[in-house]
Amino acid sequence: MSVTTAVSIAAPQAAVRRSALRRLTITEFKLFLRERVGPVWVIAFPLVLLVIFGAIPAFSKASAELGGYTPLDVYVPILIAFSLALSAVVAMPMVLAGYRERGVLRRMRTTPAGPYRVLAAHLIINAAVAAVSATEVLVVARLGYGVFLPRQLAGFALGMLFTVAALQALGLLVAAIAPSGRAAQIIGMLIFYPMLFFSGMWWPIPEMPPVLQHVAEATPLGAAWQAMSNAGMGHWPPALPLLTLAGYAVVLSLAAARLFRWE
Amino acid sequence: MGAVIEVQHLHKNYAETVAVDDVCFAVEEGEIFGILGPNGAGKTTTVECIEGLRTPDRGEISVLGLDPLRDRSELTQRLGVQLQDSQLPDKLRVTEALELYSSFYQTPADWRALLDMLGLAGKSKTPFKKLSGGQKQRLSIALALLGSPRVAVLDELTTGLDPQARRDTWELIEGVRARGVTIVLVTHFMEEAERLCDRVALIDSGRIVALDTPAALAERVETEQRIQFRPSVPMDDRLLTSLPDVTSIIRRGDVVVVTGNSNALNAVTSVLARHQIQAQQLRVEQANLEDAFLALTGRHSRAAQNASQN
Repeated sequence: MSVTTAVSIAAPQAAVRRSALRRLTITEFKLFLRERVGPVWVIAFPLVLLVIFGAIPAFSKASAELGGYTPLDVYVPILIAFSLALSAVVAMPMVLAGYRERGVLRRMRTTPAGPYRVLAAHLIINAAVAAVSATEVLVVARLGYGVFLPRQLAGFALGMLFTVAALQALGLLVAAIAPSGRAAQIIGMLIFYPMLFFSGMWWPIPEMPPVLQHVAEATPLGAAWQAMSNAGMGHWPPALPLLTLAGYAVVLSLAAARLFRWE
Repeated sequence: MGAVIEVQHLHKNYAETVAVDDVCFAVEEGEIFGILGPNGAGKTTTVECIEGLRTPDRGEISVLGLDPLRDRSELTQRLGVQLQDSQLPDKLRVTEALELYSSFYQTPADWRALLDMLGLAGKSKTPFKKLSGGQKQRLSIALALLGSPRVAVLDELTTGLDPQARRDTWELIEGVRARGVTIVLVTHFMEEAERLCDRVALIDSGRIVALDTPAALAERVETEQRIQFRPSVPMDDRLLTSLPDVTSIIRRGDVVVVTGNSNALNAVTSVLARHQIQAQQLRVEQANLEDAFLALTGRHSRAAQNASQN
């Protein structure tokens, strides 16, 4: 540390607040990378799954049951939803509930930055990592396995935005009710797996019986898949899945705001 | 020299239990003010109300003329806080923590100077998890001082530290006061309060039972001095019970245990000398916090006991 900064003169409050959020986001991002769990789950895991699915010859053959699309076409949005959910519903609440458990949030309450900025920093990091994760899956699928990029790119981005909002709200609720980081991981996983089922991870939604399809579309990842796969095929995401996701975002964040405790 | 913290008629209950019961005190500028008491006495609740972390049920608190709840953004700029049991993320490095907390304040102190002052310069790249207990505490003091606060509240600063680390920390606190920072120190160590504090509030069951300088408090505590010895020749208890400074005598085998006030030792040894009795294996029990509490809270019940025995 040979760099020296000039002695700072009293900075205006608004500037201090902005720089506090920026510094918090940078610091929390470094910690996110250092913890390794986050990057492995969110960045590496979906890629590994993509490579495995891509290696199965049947996955690259157009299927009449899937409306002429290949299973891999169907799986790309699922893999993205998978990574967004794991990151927002398991990884993020683990850190936040752990911070509450260890008194990090309580300590932040005694500083001018306050604990809200810690949450804000994590939501920013989560959204940024979601964008990176989705981009890498799309690019590798395109270059490695000939899956076309979403034909309605703006619609795809819109679907992702709504998905991230709904999943972040769910993640905040998990962080709100979990008494410890470990508990948050368990609760997050208990929500994550059923949710993943309805994204079509093991049984693509178009192949499900109609009743199950309706149930799937009412879940966050089912709606996310619907919105993103429609955009992938060149349509704007239909209103229903977007409204479903928006509903989750609003209701779950209100519940989280009501239940969240700093200590 | 005005009061920087004023607490008036503070009350705080948790469900059915009374945590703080009508606590009043004022902390003067530039002093080290101790809040001393056993675990669960209400010390932490009291300072958490001062820090604005808890909402009092009743009472008035003013810190530097600010209301801890209404004037949060002003107060957090000027009040340094070290919390009991608050940790940092395991992998956060020392300099990262200092840079991070610096960004919160309008007039941050130079954290490199703080790092030197706290003897953490060699640990700048060490993650929080790898720091020793004493180093963690010093880092947490550094964070409390980063905003160049005029007042710092330090809660259970040396709990869990080894004696050397504890003494080092005390020196540090004296250094901080020398820089003009008013300090509120929460502790359950009598010795710590005696060494550091200008004035001490003794809290028990949510109430202030005494508020004075450590010397004045120690005087009251010393009234409960215990003197143990083995007389070299058989001795009549009445030699000592007749002394005004002695309150009681107990025999444990051939050991005599005398309880009395701070003059008792003088009185006992001179009587023994006059009767040419040697006090073998003489031991004077230093008053500890427990004795202080017995002395300051249990005086009435003990006096009543003595009265009924006579």
